[in-house]
Amino acid sequence: MSEAISALAGANTEGFCRVSELGLHGMITVRGDLSNADLAKALCAAAGVNALPEVRKMVGGLEGGIAWMSPDELMVFVPYSQVVAKVEELNDALAGTHFLAVNVSDARAVFGIDGAGAREVIAKIAPVDMAPEAFTTGDLRRTRIAQVAAAFWMAGDDSFRLICFRSVAEYAFKLLSTSAAKGGEVGYF
Amino acid sequence: MLTLQCPYCGVMAEETELSAGGEAHLKRFGPGSTDADFETYMFMRENPKGVHFERWRHANGCGKWFHAARCTVTLEVFGTYTAQTSVPPADLLDKIRAARPGFKWREFE
Repeated sequence: MSEAISALAGANTEGFCRVSELGLHGMITVRGDLSNADLAKALCAAAGVNALPEVRKMVGGLEGGIAWMSPDELMVFVPYSQVVAKVEELNDALAGTHFLAVNVSDARAVFGIDGAGAREVIAKIAPVDMAPEAFTTGDLRRTRIAQVAAAFWMAGDDSFRLICFRSVAEYAFKLLSTSAAKGGEVGYF
Repeated sequence: MLTLQCPYCGVMAEETELSAGGEAHLKRFGPGSTDADFETYMFMRENPKGVHFERWRHANGCGKWFHAARCTVTLEVFGTYTAQTSVPPADLLDKIRAARPGFKWREFE
């Protein structure tokens, strides 16, 4: 088995915020009826969380969490080393249920934006209201950053996590780095 | 800038997050239909100066299709509603009638 590496092998840059590619994370795209109790139970067990996320919310984190993606789609985060086993577990636990779980770990890139002004880094490139009262810890948006699709959530004060397609990882990294470059502080929030 | 509220995820999505899907509530006439019906389905579209019903997709978002009623002259948005319907909701039609007396769009007036 060849050694798996992430899109940018942990590249990072320091501007007024730190932008870093966060390496390999297990990600499982799940589609199905989110009101199905069996599905919810199996997904919560797989991710180690207590409940499915509300609309546009993230529960847990990269090592075990679930992100709301659309009314019938979730993204389940698990440790990269366990992702294949977790998909099998889901398929076994939910045999007969109408749903789909796919391991997309190697098709996505994960970034972290950390530091004072992290809101600004996102606000400059996404059509989203990033005001502190409008976007708080646990909030998630699936949107675009400049010209590519991405989803991001607020993991804590001044800390954001962002996922995008691996094929545009370099674009996303350069975009985030430029947005976070020293001298580019706006100071609006 | 056109801003529509996605009825699925509740986001006030601006134009760049959306993609336009043309006229709403078309009834498909496929194989076996008359030539006249097929031509109407294929080519004939409303082109109103005023209230129009359209399909939009929250492309850079939850990815769902939905419907919107807006005015082509003023860009006033009367409302958005889900794609799981073949006619505009009654309360939306009432709202449009109140705002635009005499409005007509296909069989709705």
